[in-house]
Amino acid sequence: MNRRIASSLIVAGLMCIAGYAALFIAPDERTMHDAQRIFYFHMPSWIAMFLAFFLSVLGNITYLFTRKQRYDWLGVAGAEVGVVCCTIGLITGALWGRPAWGIWWTWDARLTTTFLLWLLYISYLVLHSMVEDADRRARISAVFGIFAFLDVPLVYVSNRFWRTQHPAPVFFGGPNTGVDPAMGRVLLLCFAAMVSVMTVLLLDRYHLERLRCEVSLLTSETESRDLEQRHRMARERV
Amino acid sequence: MRNFQYLAAAWFAIWLVFFLYQISLSRRFSRLLEEVKRLKERLQ
Repeated sequence: MNRRIASSLIVAGLMCIAGYAALFIAPDERTMHDAQRIFYFHMPSWIAMFLAFFLSVLGNITYLFTRKQRYDWLGVAGAEVGVVCCTIGLITGALWGRPAWGIWWTWDARLTTTFLLWLLYISYLVLHSMVEDADRRARISAVFGIFAFLDVPLVYVSNRFWRTQHPAPVFFGGPNTGVDPAMGRVLLLCFAAMVSVMTVLLLDRYHLERLRCEVSLLTSETESRDLEQRHRMARERV
Repeated sequence: MRNFQYLAAAWFAIWLVFFLYQISLSRRFSRLLEEVKRLKERLQ
């Protein structure tokens, strides 16, 4: 438990440093001013989300091949933390959209595919919590997790293939893309902070799932022992 | 400072989401740890 608190404090400190850099060190953007600084957390939250969902699908695929429970734990941990990062991305996106576009939300390709991704992974988590039997739960969730992940590349290419209200890609978007080196350094720090938060949360969630499995094993052990005791008492009475 | 209210709201929202999720994880952890303790005591 102490290690959990220590790691949480370290990443909270890193987030504070990244926040300071984004708010006070990064240069001011000419047209949007302070609203542009939301970008320093908006984009890293998507990267953290992609990483979390990638780990989740990796867990799902590996589970189907090996049938080892720990890969199901990775699948559910990645999905849940990915949903948290996605929620941050959606909220910060809406808060940037209001001053930039004059609207909180629009149903363009990028935003719609992202919202769909959020819904798909929420469904994954609901499905995972609904099935009682551990093996069946892991198998069904793994298949659904792979299906949900199909939307991830669609989100990535949505503003490359279609004309969207969402800005064009800042990185890997062809010529004339990228940011000022001073902005790039702050962005890198924010990436590191957000990915660290994601990693700490993912490890915590993984351990939580392991603990849940331990509870389930202990429960079945207790139940079988109680049953055995009842049988013995019944035999003694006879 | 222009559009600062949106930046402040975004910064607050990020911390709130992480904080609420961390609280949810901690509560689930304590509940399960208690359950493990109870079951182990019952088995002994």
